Amino acid sequence: MDLDYTKEQRAFRAEAREWLKANVPGQALPSMDTEQGFAAHREWETKLNEGGWAMVSWPVEYGGRGVDLIEWLIFEEEYYRAGAPGRVNQNGIFLLGPTLMEYGSDEQKARFLPRMAAGIDVWAQGWSEPNAGSDMAAIRTTAFRDGDQYVVNGQKTWCSRAVWADWIFCIFRTDPDSERHRGLSFMLVPLDAEGVQVRAIEQLDGETGFAEVFFDNVRVPVDQLLGEEGGGWKVAMSTAGFERGLMLRSPARYQATARKLVALLRDNPEAAQRDPTLGDRVIRGWMQAEAYALQTYRTASRIIGGGSIGAESSLNKIFWSEMDLAMHETAMALLGPRAELLPTARAAGDVGDWLDGFQFALAGPIYAGTNEIQRNIAAERLLGLPRG
Amino acid sequence: MFRDSVRALLERDCTADVLRELWAGESGRSDGLWSGLAELGLTGLLLAEEHGGLGMAEVDLVLALEESGRACLPEPLVETVLAAAPLLETLAAGGGTPASVADKWLPLVAAGEARLAIEHPANPCVADAHVAELLLLLAADGSLHAVERAQVELIRQPCNDAARRLFTVDWKPGDDSLLAKAAGATRLLDAAFDRAAFGCAAQQLGIGQKLIDLAVDYAGQREQFGRAIGSFQAVKHHLATAQVAVEFARPVVYRAACSLATGHTDAGLHVSQAKAMADEAALLAARTSLQVHGGIGYTWEVDLHAWMKRAWALEMTWGGSAWHRGRLADAVLADIDNKPREGQLQLQGVN
Repeated sequence: MDLDYTKEQRAFRAEAREWLKANVPGQALPSMDTEQGFAAHREWETKLNEGGWAMVSWPVEYGGRGVDLIEWLIFEEEYYRAGAPGRVNQNGIFLLGPTLMEYGSDEQKARFLPRMAAGIDVWAQGWSEPNAGSDMAAIRTTAFRDGDQYVVNGQKTWCSRAVWADWIFCIFRTDPDSERHRGLSFMLVPLDAEGVQVRAIEQLDGETGFAEVFFDNVRVPVDQLLGEEGGGWKVAMSTAGFERGLMLRSPARYQATARKLVALLRDNPEAAQRDPTLGDRVIRGWMQAEAYALQTYRTASRIIGGGSIGAESSLNKIFWSEMDLAMHETAMALLGPRAELLPTARAAGDVGDWLDGFQFALAGPIYAGTNEIQRNIAAERLLGLPRG
Repeated sequence: MFRDSVRALLERDCTADVLRELWAGESGRSDGLWSGLAELGLTGLLLAEEHGGLGMAEVDLVLALEESGRACLPEPLVETVLAAAPLLETLAAGGGTPASVADKWLPLVAAGEARLAIEHPANPCVADAHVAELLLLLAADGSLHAVERAQVELIRQPCNDAARRLFTVDWKPGDDSLLAKAAGATRLLDAAFDRAAFGCAAQQLGIGQKLIDLAVDYAGQREQFGRAIGSFQAVKHHLATAQVAVEFARPVVYRAACSLATGHTDAGLHVSQAKAMADEAALLAARTSLQVHGGIGYTWEVDLHAWMKRAWALEMTWGGSAWHRGRLADAVLADIDNKPREGQLQLQGVN
């Protein structure tokens, strides 16, 4: 039974640690959901790519190092330990990237992946519409074939960072007579195409990380169709699997949060006196982060061994999103009256970015497929309960 | 696969009907079942070959333990195989009375001819003292003794789980029964505690999953409002939530198995995590399964209560989940600097 990391894995970890130590910015960058922050994060992506660290598990020809999932997890651990900036191109590298590798033509892969890894093309996701959120099959934005182009009309919403991104990957209805999940197609659209209009949506935390994207007779060349025409649902489901599963939320992220939470408890001893349940809540978060790491390693090993994740990814999504929220709720409780103060307030003391994190964590059970939908999927596909 | 053989044996010889027969019986135990497990190598799995064992480790036992939970096995698997027998084996190399006790009894355990009971400060009663040929008991001065059943008086402590048999023990320590004096006894018992807590945690995984499966089965069949109740979203969500808990407790239990097997420095902490998470998952599964069953789940006639009561009992055996979280908290809160993780994470081979 192989418990320890191999010599190669340890060497890889050391190399990553060294590079990150030398290159991670000394001060935290502004939020990527602001114009200035977005630009700063994009620069970081370029730097990562120059060091060969942008997407370590991708094939070398697409900008990666060709390492396996275990090394990717190792890299993520070092990444979070080093306090490195968030990945502004996460929709690209974690969602579209694997989808392209599964469904893209060689030409598409060569065209899009290296630029994605380099942060030259930052991607937004265009799936939801005002009338189609959880019920994604209800989408209405159309893309009708005209010669060697599709003509797109409609609207997408909740597109993270579309205000500053370069490209957007979407699902459109290509068959006018189709309904529900039939007749949909997955397409790649540049956000500077003629007829595209992006309008920022202000979030409850005051940032404009979201946007609506309007398509008015936007022309999309046929070679930007990903997968088959009419086969978009299948492609999208594959992407959704990536969203819930391994890559988008690596364990290191939550282990870092758990460590910070422990430190917060230590630094606020009067809080535990005020509320004796806080220590237990902190340790629960710590345990859950460990459990998530162990499960992820187990899943990664299974994938490397030729297995695959199916509906278990729904359990995964439920777990990380609710764990993250629970840890942040604990942080808010620990901070007590200071929890409502912004970090810039003098009376705040050292509140860190817990408030930001808490508000973002509230979105966790909603994005990447609501936890209600995930529970439906788990119940039906894993437990075999009747659809009804 | 070993797990499959254990499952097959238990599915054949430890059915719900068998359980109910055993409940009604005097001892609540089946020598046939116990020897069946011994024949598969289960009772001697952790023991050295020289004692008739297989010389294997906790990591090889974990799936079989899950199966024992799944079957609601009433036998003292944890007490004998994980707690007491390896404790005796630790003494075998030391010579004297303890070694001769080990050399006499361990082969019998491996052969399925003897069960062991063990007293521990964490547990108010001694489980299965009535079927144990040998009992490891704690004297008032903290010393550990090995006493044959004929030499003790047992007072049965009726309890909720119809399969569990708990006792307090009246006995007199003597020089000839001494295994270890207080300091040594503490060390031995601490190690036994970790192994046993792990064993219960593994059983809780099986119990939790079985509770979910019972509910899924019921919900798929029971119809109301013209459809199976499992087609209603609330029911689906309850069960999915329980499945998440069991699913994520699983790798934590497996990691504890690996840590015990390799003698990892943090094995105790890993065990505590495993017990805490598996206990809570099993309790949630119990609560959920009862709710999904509705009124019928509240009856003696339906098998559900057997697993629920086992989950409740095991939660408080070998340290409750809160105690285990406390042990973890003491370690984590004392030492939270950014120490890098070394080793320990690949779990291939435990699937």
